[in-house]
Amino acid sequence: MEPIIFTKNLTKKFGDFIAVNNISFSVEKGEIFGFLGANGAGKTTAMKMLCGLLVPTSGLGKVAGYDISTQSDSIKRRIGYMSQKFSLYEDLTVRENMQFFGGIYGLRNKEIQKKIEYYHDLWSNNEMFDGLVGSLPLGWKQKVAFATAMMHDPDIVFLDEPTGGVDPIVRRQFWELIYKASDQGTTIFVTTHYMDEAEYCNRVSIMVDGEIAAMDSPKNLKIAYHTDTMDDVFYQLARKAQRSETV
Amino acid sequence: MNYDIEVDNISKQFVKPDVQALEDINFNVKTGSLFGLIGADGAGKTTLFRILTTLLLADNGSAKVHGRDVVKDFKILRSLIGYMPGRFSLYTDLSVEENLQFFATLHKTTIEAGYHLIKDIYRQIEPFKNRRAGQLSGGMKQKLALSCALIHQPKVLFLDEPTTGVDAVSRKEFWNMLKNIKNQGVTILVSTPYMDEAVLCDEIALIQNGKILSIAPPSTIIAQFPDVLYSVSGSQIGKLLEDVSKFQDIKSCFSFGDTIHVTLNQGDIKGLQKELIQRGHPEVVIDTIVPTIEDCFIRLMQ
Repeated sequence: MEPIIFTKNLTKKFGDFIAVNNISFSVEKGEIFGFLGANGAGKTTAMKMLCGLLVPTSGLGKVAGYDISTQSDSIKRRIGYMSQKFSLYEDLTVRENMQFFGGIYGLRNKEIQKKIEYYHDLWSNNEMFDGLVGSLPLGWKQKVAFATAMMHDPDIVFLDEPTGGVDPIVRRQFWELIYKASDQGTTIFVTTHYMDEAEYCNRVSIMVDGEIAAMDSPKNLKIAYHTDTMDDVFYQLARKAQRSETV
Repeated sequence: MNYDIEVDNISKQFVKPDVQALEDINFNVKTGSLFGLIGADGAGKTTLFRILTTLLLADNGSAKVHGRDVVKDFKILRSLIGYMPGRFSLYTDLSVEENLQFFATLHKTTIEAGYHLIKDIYRQIEPFKNRRAGQLSGGMKQKLALSCALIHQPKVLFLDEPTTGVDAVSRKEFWNMLKNIKNQGVTILVSTPYMDEAVLCDEIALIQNGKILSIAPPSTIIAQFPDVLYSVSGSQIGKLLEDVSKFQDIKSCFSFGDTIHVTLNQGDIKGLQKELIQRGHPEVVIDTIVPTIEDCFIRLMQ
């Protein structure tokens, strides 16, 4: 089966600066793929190319079967995206946000209703759906943002630091949502600064200075770097970075 | 005992949206120590910072910083404290050096006078002193903001979530810088959502929904964990968590990276091991472990 994300020598330059340098990797359908790296390593640039928001300078990339250079509109229909900055409408209710984003993706009212009912049952928190998003605790906002990114049953969902700043219990509940989506066949592409969350991924890549410095299952990475924590694997790789403080 | 921050029954309620941001907050920070406020977004950390830095009035209670009242003595106090807010708040269209100059001038001092305090930090960004602050990387912005908060040699430094969104390597570097600042005699109050940073503080307050759950040195909080904590590991971690949670004597079970941390209501851990083997985890390994601050926090939240 063809991988759901595939890149070969993917490169992005801004003037003389090579933000992403020749990265090649693939992600299988249903996989939870952790995309790690220090600040400034090139994660966001790479992720923007995969989402069809930035055209590569050179190299090849395919997402959900579409070419990232020429078919970015088709990609956008097949992916979900949750940004680290909270991006729902705070002055709409949870229900209205879901209806709005479902509508943008061209879902019929019936389909939207079905989705809302699904989360109704899952969360058994009925009052919440008719409250303004702005008044929700952060943990719930993040769960709602995830549900909204999943409205159109995307093949892949890109999560950019989805658990930054949330409390330890909600952080774990959020990962239960991720597991559930992955079990149902959605591919998860996730960035995080919590190294214990790297352990929850099937595979992780670690970017250093625009390149993928390591990529494997957390277990194999720990063996390869002779340590028993992902924190240490990350530290060994990322401290070699040259450019993070100069960009 | 001398205290540089004394918080006495501080409460703050916001009207719209209606939230009790802080409820009867009490704690003291010893002079020259590094005190951590540990909690998730929305716990009330920023509100507390704003009250202590004279930017917001509490509804009830009082607070003193370096012996001065945060309401009555706000003018004097502002020259005695340094504050680095959670959001980058320097002038993006001024250069690195101009920002530093600006803050030195505001406090009627010079870069030279305070240079010894920021030397180790500022030297790392000095090669880019002519670059506009808006053009800096996240790590460099953070170093500049810290330099600007320190240039007038404050007695007490307030850092609101300085490491949120910062990668693990830069976070370590930042905490080393804090240790150096502390060693030069500055009292530091720092907030963070990262539980692993708690152990780097002399004392911590765990805060949740505007209330303090516990205040003590991190080692004490860990020692106060009342149950025996076990780590359970196996090859199929997802299914393992599900099966562990079905065990009758389970008090709590949470995933921690590639292991599950478990406490029991009663009974023997051997019973859990036996059951897990029966449920198809022949490789399961169970060890007794020392709790982390995150374990303690989760327990206190429940």
